[in-house]
Amino acid sequence: MLKYIAKRLVQSVLTLFIIITIIFCLLRLMPEEGYLGAGYDKMSEVQKESILTEMGLRDPVPVQLMKFYRGLLHGDFGTSWIYRPNVAITEILADKAPISIRMGLMAMGISLVVGIPLGVLMTRFKGFIPDKLGMGFVVLVMAIPQAVYHLFIQTYLTDFFGLPMLFKEANPMSWILPTVSLSLYNTATFALWMRRYMVDELNKDYVRLARAKGVKNSVIMASHVFPNAFVPLIQTIPTLILSTAMGSIYVESLYSVPGMGGLLVDVIQRQDNAMVQALVLIYAALGIIGLLLGDLLMGLCDPRITFAEKGGAR
Amino acid sequence: MKKFLDGPVDELTESITETIAGDAFTFAEYDESAGEKVAWTDYSYWGSTFRMFFKNKMAVALLLLLAAILLFTFIQPHLPGQRPATLINNDPNTGLQLMNIPPNDEFLFGTNSIGQDLWSMVWSGTRTSLLIGLAVACSEIVIGITMGVLWGYVRQLDHLLTTIYNIADNIPQTIMLILISYILRPSMSTIILAMCLTSWLKMARFIRNQIVIIRDRDYNLASRCLGTPTWRIILKNLLPYLVSVMMLRIATTIPEAIGNEVFLTYIGLGLPVAIPSLGNLINSGRGLLMYESLRYQLIFPAVVLSVVTVSFYIIGNAFADAADPKNHV
Repeated sequence: MLKYIAKRLVQSVLTLFIIITIIFCLLRLMPEEGYLGAGYDKMSEVQKESILTEMGLRDPVPVQLMKFYRGLLHGDFGTSWIYRPNVAITEILADKAPISIRMGLMAMGISLVVGIPLGVLMTRFKGFIPDKLGMGFVVLVMAIPQAVYHLFIQTYLTDFFGLPMLFKEANPMSWILPTVSLSLYNTATFALWMRRYMVDELNKDYVRLARAKGVKNSVIMASHVFPNAFVPLIQTIPTLILSTAMGSIYVESLYSVPGMGGLLVDVIQRQDNAMVQALVLIYAALGIIGLLLGDLLMGLCDPRITFAEKGGAR
Repeated sequence: MKKFLDGPVDELTESITETIAGDAFTFAEYDESAGEKVAWTDYSYWGSTFRMFFKNKMAVALLLLLAAILLFTFIQPHLPGQRPATLINNDPNTGLQLMNIPPNDEFLFGTNSIGQDLWSMVWSGTRTSLLIGLAVACSEIVIGITMGVLWGYVRQLDHLLTTIYNIADNIPQTIMLILISYILRPSMSTIILAMCLTSWLKMARFIRNQIVIIRDRDYNLASRCLGTPTWRIILKNLLPYLVSVMMLRIATTIPEAIGNEVFLTYIGLGLPVAIPSLGNLINSGRGLLMYESLRYQLIFPAVVLSVVTVSFYIIGNAFADAADPKNHV
């Protein structure tokens, strides 16, 4: 087990290294006028050159890369260029991350508490009204672009329930709608997959055997079908938790939540390369950690899965 | 039968001789051609698939609706009395722009803030969005299947492609979309390219996993032993097995692509305003949601968009269910 984790971690570091290098090189392809801001037209060539040289953009790309890696090894993400000039990136994140994480975790809690029972309910009444209603909800949330339904939820539900339109950290009422909106997609995902895995399990022979023995339906569901159907689902949960905790651009921009959901888009548009690199590193690292945690969780929940290497397969 | 098994033999033979008269039977004649006959069933894969699909009334209705919408988006500009989508309508008497006119007989969906006809814009935008969705889905099929088959079937490539996948999959899709559309300047082909570069991954992995599972099943082993060329094994043995999985991916790709277009427009990297698209319409309608009288400018495109994406999703799921031989009777 430890050997497996160590191997995965080494692989992950390598993957991160390659991802960062690719993104770093891609970022150097961005048009140069973006770095200079609004005063671009009025600057002389000499001014432009001096600004770009100061940013380190005139060094050859490998030199820039080495500098960046050296900083990373010292635990230094660098400082922002344009977003908030010369402020350490860790400091910017420390301002913005907590609110996204708090909202994301709450939304995830709602998704788990609502989504999984919904999936079970849909399986229990497969083909009847609860199933159809649930499926309708899933289809609407999955198929309609998020930008659209978040917008309508904000406009109509704030009126309907008399909730505040904009987010204020001190006002708990203003947390309700953003958190619920944020949780919708994951709720639908959980319900859909829970139902699908449970229906798959229900058709298996051991369930038929249990039925033939006269085991009660509720017992079959609770002690046979649910645990087996939950194992493949549990693999995706860590990734979803981590990605939800990073915030959503739609929800945060609509309710003006000061989180980090829109941060990436923002800094890419302002060509704040230092921030983009740091954020990509964080997102990719979280993605990899999520996958690793998911695999480990699955191993913990299902005794049939071992991490020892099997020789000679295939 | 039960009686035959239970009853004593003597009684049985007696009763048989009693009931059967000698002339009731004749010997069958030996027919050589009958020995050549092969048993067959009238099961046809596509036949059953379509029969199952057409049983689903909801999906068929949505398919008709979608076909009608698709057809209408192409016919609409040629109908009499239609205005070009980008034309700014001026009042013939005063020469002023007909701004923010609520839906009426002349402008069915009203006009927007600079006097363009929303009816034309919505349909031409739907056309753009559908084109983007279909283009992305087609390329995903081609690239995804090719890569997936190579990845799953060619063992030498397995390690390399797995590494590439791990890297590409860990770069957040948003970043790739934004970076590519930034580097290449917004246009229709850029958007399609950006989405194609990121969307084939899931399809390729799906296909790869399935192929690894079924590649060495006995029937494929038999084919290989009989000397069937590899491409034929892939085309005839492996891919038909995957139709339902592929349909499911396509069904989700098209709404995803349409949604991604909206996302790119939302963050300001979408199509230029000169090309009407549902993303553009929704984005410009977003700011007007606060004014109750102007909400129609968002609601019409949003409703059309939702109808299109939901229909694709439902039809795709229904077709994927129908294409799965496990569900055939």
